[in-house]
Amino acid sequence: MNSINRRKFIHLTGGAVAMAGTMLTLPGVVRAGGKRVVIVGGGPGGATAARYLRIQDPSIEVTLIEANANYHTCFMSNEVLGGMRSLDSIMVTFDGLKKMGVNVVTDTVTAVDAEKRTVKTAGGDSFGYDRLILSPGIDFKYGAVGGYTAQTAGTIPHAWKAGPQTALLRKQLEAMDDGGTVVIVAPPNPFRCPPGPYERASLIAHYLKNNKPKSKVLVVDTKEKFSKQGLFTAAWKRFYGFGTDKALIEWMPASAVGSVVAVHAKEMMVETEFEEFKGSVINYIPPQTAGKIAAVAGVSDDSGWCPVHKKTFESTMIPGIHVLGDASIATKMPKSGYSANSQAKVAVAAIVDLFNGREPGVPSYVNTCYSIAAEDHAFSVSAVYRFNAEENLIAPVAGAGGLSPADASDEYRKREVAYAHSWYNNIRADSWG
Amino acid sequence: MSRVKIPLLIMGLTTSLFFCATAQAGEASASMLSDTCSGCHGPNGVTNGPAIPTIAGMTEEYLVLSMQDYRDDKRKGTVMNRIAKGYTDTEITAMARYFSEQEYASLTQSPDASMVARGDELQQRYCNSCHEKSGVKADGIGVLAGQAMPYLSWTIADFMTGDRPMERRKQQKMDQLAADAGDEGFHAVVQYYSSHK
Repeated sequence: MNSINRRKFIHLTGGAVAMAGTMLTLPGVVRAGGKRVVIVGGGPGGATAARYLRIQDPSIEVTLIEANANYHTCFMSNEVLGGMRSLDSIMVTFDGLKKMGVNVVTDTVTAVDAEKRTVKTAGGDSFGYDRLILSPGIDFKYGAVGGYTAQTAGTIPHAWKAGPQTALLRKQLEAMDDGGTVVIVAPPNPFRCPPGPYERASLIAHYLKNNKPKSKVLVVDTKEKFSKQGLFTAAWKRFYGFGTDKALIEWMPASAVGSVVAVHAKEMMVETEFEEFKGSVINYIPPQTAGKIAAVAGVSDDSGWCPVHKKTFESTMIPGIHVLGDASIATKMPKSGYSANSQAKVAVAAIVDLFNGREPGVPSYVNTCYSIAAEDHAFSVSAVYRFNAEENLIAPVAGAGGLSPADASDEYRKREVAYAHSWYNNIRADSWG
Repeated sequence: MSRVKIPLLIMGLTTSLFFCATAQAGEASASMLSDTCSGCHGPNGVTNGPAIPTIAGMTEEYLVLSMQDYRDDKRKGTVMNRIAKGYTDTEITAMARYFSEQEYASLTQSPDASMVARGDELQQRYCNSCHEKSGVKADGIGVLAGQAMPYLSWTIADFMTGDRPMERRKQQKMDQLAADAGDEGFHAVVQYYSSHK
């Protein structure tokens, strides 16, 4: 930066410290010896942030607080539902991060004091921070429809957070008689993993085709269109009889069946404005918001999601707190595992710059999402992004990115399955070590 | 609310200074650019497989050429054509230099042990003159030893169909191998290279 800007910068931050006193320290103004980052959430956003902080500046103390002792990745969990891999294969531990010197705490954060810069946990501990990263994922809008509360998930799984919910849904599918119907309710925008419900329908249909061929999957959608729709529909026609009277998958948009009114757990039925859908298995994926710690911390707005400066992922509502991943409003990046991993690296680079008295550098972001529709058939969507300062937007580079072609060869589709599996192994290593 | 207002206003001013100053600087750092690749290619560009290749430790020249060939659709890929179009020449050079400085590591795989000796015999005759030191050395071309097996097989297939271009002189050696040993020969060669530790 040129000398005029530098003088202005120092004058302003110096003045600000005097005015604010000790109540609210500004970003970039670090207490003596203070280089502590607390990270809430051990998913791909939080874990990647922890790992890259340790790599880029080992003098920064990193504490990661995650409620679960181990983490199950939601991405690739559809393969567990399809019977293509085990639940254990999508479990990752925090050993890798611990070996890198991250202080991993298994606990739930219950309070954030942005003025004192501390977080409190359910276990009664308190952690001070100089910068806080929240990567809490999603929580569900229970009560958006009748009959679905947190307790209902014990019989009508959402399986939109992986682990026990994935196991429950898989168990229900295995127990289902041939000829049964699996009802999937797909959520309204915005939600975690836009192609996810449709990959799920595909891989459950794959399981049914090979094991219970008289059964079917009914997707009741709260929307009119969905991510990668053309590619999914083509695959469903080819592999699952979509559109025929022998279809293993049916998809019904809101305009056809009305909006979802209630889930009736005892009757095993999904009620819409115009219809009632009975299911042997019901997978209700509720509407979503940012993980609840976001509202507790005061960084989510009326939309239920967290607005951020897209250059650094610092909250626009509370300085010193960064929000990554699904919980953040990171338009135009989708809410995906790859996005969380990519955003974490941007936030970490910015935090390391700020802790070391530098301005945050120019960010770069990528998202690539694979969807596996059948055993040898996958497709991807991808984008490279640049920061648009004027609009505070993460803008996809024009002419780049996009979907796998509609007319791709079988060989192309088969390679994308292997690349999807490779992406999975690599993003795990990149995020959790 | 008023306690919060003033610092936020100042924060807004300092933030806009950040924006201005970096607009003058203009470029993302090599590590910032390259870190976006690790989600698919693995930490530091070293793959955990099974199929996405390691990009660490290739020469800068080879990586630049690869990205440009993807960007210009000279080389058919799946996702890389779409991704390469997202970067300028300056960015591609920065990323290529960065990955050329990372350490290559062989992927642990399960090749068909019964074909490794045959593969070695063939690579010495047909491949080693360009893929020197039995595919370990990478002077402007790809490292073969310890690379992901599906990627090796698919790349060979793409060279043979022309989906990936190769200079005529170089193509001759591959054509000779094909004529003398056929698909089985290429398969053996892949088993050999992937057995490298």
